[in-house]
Amino acid sequence: MADILAILPQQLVFGLSLGAVYGLIALGYTMVYGVLSMINFAHGEVFMVGAYIGWAVLTVLIGHAFGGLNPLWVLPVLLIPAMLLCGGLGVVIERVAYRPLYARGASRLGPLISAVGASIVLQNAVMLSQGARMKVYMTNLVFPADWRFNVLGVSISVLSIVIIVISLLLMWGLVTLIQRTALGRSIRAVAEDREMASVMGIDVGRVVSMTFFLGSALGGAAGVLIGLYYTQIDFMMGYAAGLKAFTAAVLGGIGNIKGAMMGGLLLGVIESLASTFINPAFKDVVTFAVLILALIFKPEGLFGEPLADREKI
Amino acid sequence: MTERLTRYGPFLLALIALVAPLLAPNDYVIGVLARICLYALLALGLNIVVGFAGLLDLGFVAFFGIGSYVYAFLASPHFGLHLPFAAVMLVIIFTAAGSGVLIGAPTLRLRGDYLAIVTLGFGEITYICLVNLDRPVNITGGPNGLLSIDPPSFLGFVIDHNIEYYYLFLLTLGLVVLLSRRLRDSRIGWAWRAIREDEIAAEAMGVNTTMAKLQAFAVGASIAGFAGGLLASWQRSVFPDNFLLQESINILAMVILGGLGSVLGAILGAVAIVSLPEIFRDFALYRLLAFGLILILVMILRPQGLLAPRSGARRSAETK
Repeated sequence: MADILAILPQQLVFGLSLGAVYGLIALGYTMVYGVLSMINFAHGEVFMVGAYIGWAVLTVLIGHAFGGLNPLWVLPVLLIPAMLLCGGLGVVIERVAYRPLYARGASRLGPLISAVGASIVLQNAVMLSQGARMKVYMTNLVFPADWRFNVLGVSISVLSIVIIVISLLLMWGLVTLIQRTALGRSIRAVAEDREMASVMGIDVGRVVSMTFFLGSALGGAAGVLIGLYYTQIDFMMGYAAGLKAFTAAVLGGIGNIKGAMMGGLLLGVIESLASTFINPAFKDVVTFAVLILALIFKPEGLFGEPLADREKI
Repeated sequence: MTERLTRYGPFLLALIALVAPLLAPNDYVIGVLARICLYALLALGLNIVVGFAGLLDLGFVAFFGIGSYVYAFLASPHFGLHLPFAAVMLVIIFTAAGSGVLIGAPTLRLRGDYLAIVTLGFGEITYICLVNLDRPVNITGGPNGLLSIDPPSFLGFVIDHNIEYYYLFLLTLGLVVLLSRRLRDSRIGWAWRAIREDEIAAEAMGVNTTMAKLQAFAVGASIAGFAGGLLASWQRSVFPDNFLLQESINILAMVILGGLGSVLGAILGAVAIVSLPEIFRDFALYRLLAFGLILILVMILRPQGLLAPRSGARRSAETK
C-alpha cells in the first residue's frame, strides 16, 4: 500500500497529461456533434493519422540531423503539418462520407454507418501503406529522459507539463475563436439551429467544413502529443483513444467545449487511478463503465447546462 | 423477373443449400459452407436489431462470445460440467437475451448514436474480460481459451463430422429464417419498423418504444448466443480472438450489403462475405479496406443494399 501511495502523485501527473490529450480529441467530437448532431466515428482515426504525420516529420528531422533538436522549434514543426493535414482530412471525410447523406436528409443510421466505413478505410489505408508494425517516436532526442524536475518529492517530466500546456493553449485558442470571431459566431448559430442559420444567410456548408477542419486539426495535434508521450504508435491506436475521448465529451456534456476538456482531464485521472489501484488490464473496462454510468445518470454531462431539448440526447 | 425471383428465390436457395455439401469436392469446402451458415445466423440476428428496429449495435459479436463461453463452461472439463446439448443451448438463449437486456436497458432511452458507442464499449469490455479473467481465479482460460469442449449429441447420436455440423447449422438457420419472417410480419415487427422510421411518431401512435427496442435487442442477442454455442461445439474450443471487433464489423457489412431489414439479403450477405476471401486468397489484405468503402458507397448510392432484389420491409409495406 505504501508503494502505491508513493507512486500516486506521479500517476496523477501522468493521468492529467493523458487527460489533456483526451480533451483535445474530445473537442473534435463535441464540435461536430454541436453542428451536425452526429458522432464522427472516424475522428479517432484522424488522431491516428496525426500521430503518423508527426512521426514522419520527426524521422526526417532526425535523418537530416539538424544540429540539436530544440523542442522550441521542433514542436511547431511537428504540430503544424499534422494539424493542417488532419484538418484537411477531416474536411474531405465530411464532404465524401457525410455530406451526401445529411444533405438528402437520410435517417440517423446512414451517416453513422458511413462514418464506421470511413474509419475502417483510414485504418486499413494506413496499415497497407505504413505496415502493420508499430512505429517508434525518438522522443529522447527532443526531450531527453533526464529532463525532469522535483516538486515536493514528486518527479515530473518536462514533457508531461509541455503536453498539458500545449493542450490548454490550443483549447484557449479554440474558445477565443468561437467566442470572438465571425466564424465562431456562425458556428454557434449553426449549432443552435441549422435551418434558421441558413435562412439568416450563413453558408452552412462552409461552416460545417470549418468545424470539421478545426476539430480534426486539434485531433491531429493530439496524435503528435500522444506519439511523443507514449513513443509507440500503430494504426489501431485511434480506436481506443477515440472511444475514450468520446467518453470525455459525454462526461463534459456533449456540445460543450470547456466541458470536453474537463471531461478529458477527469477521465485521464480516473484511468490512471484505475490502473494504479485495480489492474492495468482492466483500465479500459473502468473507462467504459464510466461512460455507461454517465449516460444513465447524467446524460447532459457533469459540467454542461442540461440541454433544454431532451431530444438532442 | 424480380417478382419471380422474390417468390421462388428462397426455395431455390434452400434447395442449393441442401445439396451443396454433397457436391463439395472435399471436407474443407464443407467446413466453409458450415461457416457460412453460422455467419448467416449472426447476420439474421443483427438484421433484427439494425435492420428491423434501426438500432446500430457495434458490439454484436459480444453475444456470440457469451454464447460460446457459456457452452464451454457447461460442457467441457474446465468446470467438470457436461450438461446435455439441448439444456446448454436453452441456458445460452436465456443468458444471451439477458445480457442483451442488460446492455440495452440503460441506453435504449438515449439517441441511437449513443447506443452505437455503448455497444462498441460493451464489445470491448467483453473481449477484455475474456482475455483477462484467468487470474486470480481461472474462469475464461485467458488468451489460451478453453479446450476439449463436448460435441453436440442427441439421444446418444454424437455429431462429429463437418457434414453433420453443416446440416445442424442449416436446420437452425431454417428455423431462424422462419422466426425472422414471422417476427417481421407480426405486431412487434411493425412496431420495430415504426421506431426505425420515426421514433417520436411511433411513440405517439402508442408503441411502447423502450419495450419494443429491448425485445429487438433480446431476440438478436439470443440468436447470436445460439450461434456462439454452435461455434463452440463445432470448434471444440473457444478463444477470445474469435470475438474481435472485426467480427462485429463483418456481420454489419453482411447485413448492409444484403439490404437493411431483408432476411434473404442478410443470408446472401453472409454467403458473399464468408466465401469471397476464400475464393480470392490474395484479396484478404484488402478485404477490410473494401468493406469500409462498401459501407460508405452503399450508404450514399444504394441504402437499400446491393444483393437483395427488393428489401423485405418495402415489399410487405406495398402488399399490405
